[in-house]
Formats: sequence, C-alpha cells, structure tokens
Amino acid sequence: MQWGFPENVSTFGGEIDSIFALILYVTAAMFVIVEVALIYFLIRYRHREGAKAEYIHGHRRAEVIWTVVPFLLLALLAFRSTKTWLGLKSPDRFPRDALELRIHAKQFEWNVTYPGPDGRLDTPDDFVRRNQLHLPVDRAVRVTMTSEDVIHSFFLPQFRVKQDVVPGMETQVWFQATRTGEFVLGCAELCGLGHYHMRGSVTVHTAEDFERWQRQEAAASS
Amino acid sequence: MTTVAAVQHTAHALHHDDRSFIRKYIFSTDHKIIGIQFLFMSLLFLIIGGLLAMLIRWQLGWPGQPLPGGAALGETRMPGGVMLPEFYNSLVTMHGTLMIFFAIMPLLVGVFANYLIPLQVGAPDMAFPRLNMLSFWTAVPAGLLMVAGFFVAGGHAGAGWTSYPPLSAVPEYSGVYNGQVFWTLSIIILGFSSLMGSVNYITTVINMRAPGMTWFRLPLPTWALFITSILILLAIPILTGALILLLFDQVLGTGFYLPERGGQPLLWQHLFWFFGHPEVYILILPAFGFVSEIISNGARKPLFGYHAMVIAIASIAFLGWIVWGHHMFQSGMNPMLGATFMSTTMVIAIPTAVKVFNWLGTLWRGDIHFHAPMLYAIGFVAMFVIGGFSGVFLASTPVDIFLHDTYFVVAHIHYVLFGGSLFAIFGAITYWFPKMFGRMMNETVGKIHFALTFIFFNLTFFPMHQLGDAGMMRRIYDYTGYAHLAGLRPLNEFISVSAYLLFATQLLFAGNFLWSLLRGKKAEPNPWRANSLEWAAPSPPPHGNFAETPTVYRGPYEYSAPDADEDYLPQDRPPVQRPAPAPEPIPAGG
Repeated sequence: MQWGFPENVSTFGGEIDSIFALILYVTAAMFVIVEVALIYFLIRYRHREGAKAEYIHGHRRAEVIWTVVPFLLLALLAFRSTKTWLGLKSPDRFPRDALELRIHAKQFEWNVTYPGPDGRLDTPDDFVRRNQLHLPVDRAVRVTMTSEDVIHSFFLPQFRVKQDVVPGMETQVWFQATRTGEFVLGCAELCGLGHYHMRGSVTVHTAEDFERWQRQEAAASS
Repeated sequence: MTTVAAVQHTAHALHHDDRSFIRKYIFSTDHKIIGIQFLFMSLLFLIIGGLLAMLIRWQLGWPGQPLPGGAALGETRMPGGVMLPEFYNSLVTMHGTLMIFFAIMPLLVGVFANYLIPLQVGAPDMAFPRLNMLSFWTAVPAGLLMVAGFFVAGGHAGAGWTSYPPLSAVPEYSGVYNGQVFWTLSIIILGFSSLMGSVNYITTVINMRAPGMTWFRLPLPTWALFITSILILLAIPILTGALILLLFDQVLGTGFYLPERGGQPLLWQHLFWFFGHPEVYILILPAFGFVSEIISNGARKPLFGYHAMVIAIASIAFLGWIVWGHHMFQSGMNPMLGATFMSTTMVIAIPTAVKVFNWLGTLWRGDIHFHAPMLYAIGFVAMFVIGGFSGVFLASTPVDIFLHDTYFVVAHIHYVLFGGSLFAIFGAITYWFPKMFGRMMNETVGKIHFALTFIFFNLTFFPMHQLGDAGMMRRIYDYTGYAHLAGLRPLNEFISVSAYLLFATQLLFAGNFLWSLLRGKKAEPNPWRANSLEWAAPSPPPHGNFAETPTVYRGPYEYSAPDADEDYLPQDRPPVQRPAPAPEPIPAGG
C-alpha cells in the first residue's frame, strides 16, 4: 500500500502538497511539544505521599505568549494559503488560451463536451463522451460544469482538483497535466444510490495524440 | 428578591416529598430527574448510533461480502446478508444524525445542563421547572419519529446528516420517500426541545445564583453550558427555519432549494452551516467545561488562567458565528469568501490553543491523582489536540481542495467528537455518577475501559487520516472500483476490526454503569474532595437540592490553598476567623 497522497500530475498540485507539508511540520512540532509536556507533567507531578500542589492561579506572561505565538503561525498559514487559493479558484485569474471543455453531470455520469477540430465549443463539430475525460499534456484545461439533478463534486485526486457541480449554477475549474497517462475522475459529494460508481477515466495524451483523437472522435460523431 | 423566594421554595420542598411515582420519576419537574431521563435516552441512542457504525464498517472492511446473520435485517436492506447501497446511505445518514442530535448534544447539554446548573449555582431547581419537563417530553416524540423512519417503505433518510438538497428534497433523486420527511420533522421537533431547555438554563444562571455566587465564581461547566445555551438559543431557530423550507420542498411542492422551481441549493448550505458551525461548538464547549473541572480536581490545583478560560470559551462562541463558510470552500461559493472564511477559521484556533495550554498549566506543579474521571479528561486533552490540528489542514483552502469530502474529514470529526466530546462525557458521567445515583462507579473497570478505549479509538480513527490522504471519498458505499483506492482494502479491514474492538470495549462502560447503579459502593456527599456547590448537597440531592440556600465565599478551584488545612476549600465553607497576627515588636530604642 502506498502512503501519503497519490502521485501528483498537475502543475499546481506540488504547491498544494507543499502547503500540506508546511502545515504538517508546524502542527507536528506543536503536537510533540504539547504531548511531551503533557506526559512529562503527568509523570513529574504525579501524586506522592505528603506532596501538595502549588497554589498558582495563572501567569499573565505565559497567557500572552501562548496567544500570540499561535496567532503568528496561523497568520503565516492563512497568508500562504490565500495566495495559492485565489490563483486556483478565481475565474478571472485562470490561464488564457486554455482548452475549453464543458461537463454536464447527472446521476451517475459525467458527460464531457469537447470542441471538434475547429477548437471551439458550440459549433457543429462538438462531440460528447460519457465518463471519459481526455486532455492534452502541458496545456491548461478550463472546464465549465453544470448539473442536471443534484449536487455532484468533480474530483481528480491526482490533479488535486475538486469542485462541486451545482444544479442551477455554472462552476469552473482549471488544471494542467504534467505527464501523460491514465488517471481517475470521481464524485466526492453524496449524490444518491449510484454515488459510489459515478466515476470516469482521465486520459492525458501528448498534444499530437490528443489532436488525432479529437479529429477521429468528431468524425465518428458527425 | 430571588434569593428570598428560593429559600422559601427550598424549605417547602424539603418539608415532605409526597409526590406520586409518576410525578416523581416520569412527568417530573425536578431538574435532576429530567437530567437523568435525558441520560438514559441519549445513552440508548449512543448505542444505536454505534451499532449503525458497526454495519458501516462491515461494508467498508469487507465490501459486498454477506454479513453473517445480516439477512435478518430484511430484503430491502441486506438481501442474503449483502448490504444494498440505499441501506448504506441510510446508515451513514442516521449514524451522523443520531450521534450528533440524539446522543452527543443531549448528553452534553440535556443531561449536564439540567443536572449541574441548579446545583452548581446553588438553586433549588430550574427557573421554569414545568418548561423543563416539557423540554424532555418534546424530545421523546422527536426520538420516536426518528426511529420510526427506519421502518417506513423506501427506507430511512439517505442524504447525509447535512441533508443537502436537491438530493434530500426530491424523492426521485434519493430513492427515499417518507424517511426523508420523518427525518426533517423529527429534527424540527427536537429543536423546540432544545430551545425550551436553553431559555431555562440561561435564566437559571442569570437569576438564581446563590448569595455570593458572582459570575467569576461560577464553575467552568456552568460557564460553558451557559454560553452553549446562548448558542443554542440563537442557532436552532435558523436550523428550524431552514428545515421548514426543506419540508415544504419535500411535501408541498415548493422550490426554495430547487433550481427547476426557481430556488437555490446553496441557500440550504448557508443556512445549515450558519447553524451548523455554532452547533460544532455546542458539541465541544460543555466538554471543555467538564474537562477543566475534572483536571483541576485531579491535579488538586487551581484551574490555570480561570479568566482566560472563560474568555476563550466566549471568544470561540462568538467566532463560531463567522466561520460557517469553511464547510463550503468547494461549493461554488465566491472564492473571495473562501479566503475570508479561512482567516476567521484560523483565528478560532487561537482561543482553542489557549485552552489546551491552560490545561497543561493546571497540571504543571500539581499533585496529580489519577482517578478514572481524570484519566478520561487527560485522554480528552491528548486527543482533542489531534482533532484541533487536523482542523488546521482543512481550514487551509488550497489543502481543502484535496481533503474536502474525504476520510480526512471523517478522522477530524471523530477526533473532536469521540476523542474529544465523548471522552469528556465518559469522564463527566463517572465524576458526577455518585452525585446522581448515590453510588460510585467501579474505579478499576473505569480505568480498564479508559485504557482500551484510548487504544482502540486511535487504532480506528488515526488511519482514517491516511484514507483521506489517499483520496478516499466519504459516504462511499464501495471504493474498490477506483484505481487509486483499490489498494486500501487491508487498511479498511484493519480499521473495521479496531472499530469492533472499540465497540466491544464500550460494553465495559455499559456494564459498569448498570452494575454500579444497583450495587456500586455507597457514595459520600463529596467523594472527589471537590469545591463546587453540588458536593455540598447530599448524594443524591433531595427534591429542592439544599437544606438551606448555600452562601458562596470564594471561587470553585481553591485547591491546595496555603492557609487551608486540607487540599481543597469548598465554595460554601465560611472563612475561618484567624486571630489577627500579633503586632510586630517595636525594636528597642526605636
């Protein structure tokens, strides 16, 4: 069994993993401090015959220190997180010239609309594939998502992508693959009886392979 | 004026108790009986909720395998012993619902706010005893309705305890018909019970404190329950409103949350979490209070930073109102809002950290007695810390992209609610059991139960962090079809076995509880040599609690005071008039 996160294959995935690691280091250090202090105190100050606890009600300076130090650490984490977050989720900061795809989710399938060889959506050569997400490597992909029925959540674990798909709303994500291969698309929001099998495959092609696949599929659909 | 009235009431109540059996034990207005009624009811739901979890763990440990004897649950649930996805969804929904609304919340508030507040403030009963009785007898039909949902055609609710529409509102989407309506109605009714309780708790603390019981002499459990009651009073109406709209969508064909009828699914999420995050603190603040009480008592040392502890609880309660959006980072909500909610969420970690450090400060230079309640309280601190830290990962919006709706969240909530709240509840039950029933729980069995629960709890829930890191989604009936999850079978099996051992260990607690109820060692009025007023009353206290309204001379945590003969100094013990020190001799020639 593999420990930790699944392999990362998106351009920004490493950044998310590094924030995870940063939080892990900070919290692990604090965890060790707290648990070691706890265990030490339990042993050192265990009841002994004739012993009496010290009559202390508190310590002003200690209170200030253990309020301010967590504040600074958490401010650092919040600041570091915000920068990455807005770059990933604000549609006005999405990369330009991305490949545009559309996904229409419904119980329990992902319907992906691809542009045909003309590279544009809403033209006659568009085609739809169910539960198959194909994309080229090293090129940003922008997906606009809608839902037919209930809330679903578009989850690409290896790309560190998750975005709810909400009926009555359009939501958008972008990502860019760093290598070719086969990956997983799952649904992360409980969406009914078939929620557990609402999955698809993600195929990352080389640019040429993707174009060939796109032409072939568009021709097959027309 | 209140005090005078209270004294008269007490004298009258103690005069002679000639209430009939029904008035005394069933339709009782005595806060202690009502607390004990809530105790039996919520422990029953704790067992049911635990059994549902055991079924969930069967399917996750051995997906698709027939459960020996499982066929008895019927064709619509486990035909041939193999679980159906619709039953799995109901199990997940009802485990969360029963544990949160019918077990942990009433255990913390229904039981202990009822039982402790009047005793700790030195009052003969609640401000509104009949309203209090009504509060319990409103919770009963809510519970019956929730249980009845298991037996209606189409099965029980299956949209998760968070009940997100459209799934929860449209039967064609969920495959669940009346179960979902039973769920909604039951929670609406339960809300009225909580409201009636909270107005009572708030009024009692404000108006019925004994002479000398100033605000900053209140024991921490009463402070925490008082602040929690304010949260309940303000949060429950929001949930009730949201639920009524959901009920209309379910049965009247309205579309408040349904886009095809002009509604908005995210409206529910905002309303639900605007209630739901204060709810999270409703489920932990009382535990903070119990643990503070027990740790100070076990360490025989004043609670470190009493004022800081009260301020921390109040700040958490306030900040709890402005963090709800962190449940919705990936919901499609404006990402700028996500950034804002992340900041407020990080801020709420600060008062939480302050509390942990103050518990450590209380142990520092103490004289630590490891009685069973103390072990549970220490276990609480050790594990609540893990739940707090895992919350920081989820608060970070980019990391949450990956971890949201995975088992990491499941691990987090169980470290907070089981490692945290439930350990505090075990501690509190063991600590106040002698007061409630006049008998001690068995110490040795309590210690064994603590040790085994501590071990199996960690073996069950710590590996769930790894399931989340691996990308395993929560509420998923069968993960084996996913390439990235198929390798998680052995780890899930390990978790399931640990969960069964954890459940089996709870039989020790149940056995100890029942045995001690009938055969436990008789308890003195103050077996833990504690300071707060409940220990000044007999064990168990009679109707009306105190023979005479106590007078309070000091705070509740005066342990090991240098001028006291013993290592504790009860709040109601009059100060000793020590002779004035002899005047300094005047130096010769001065």
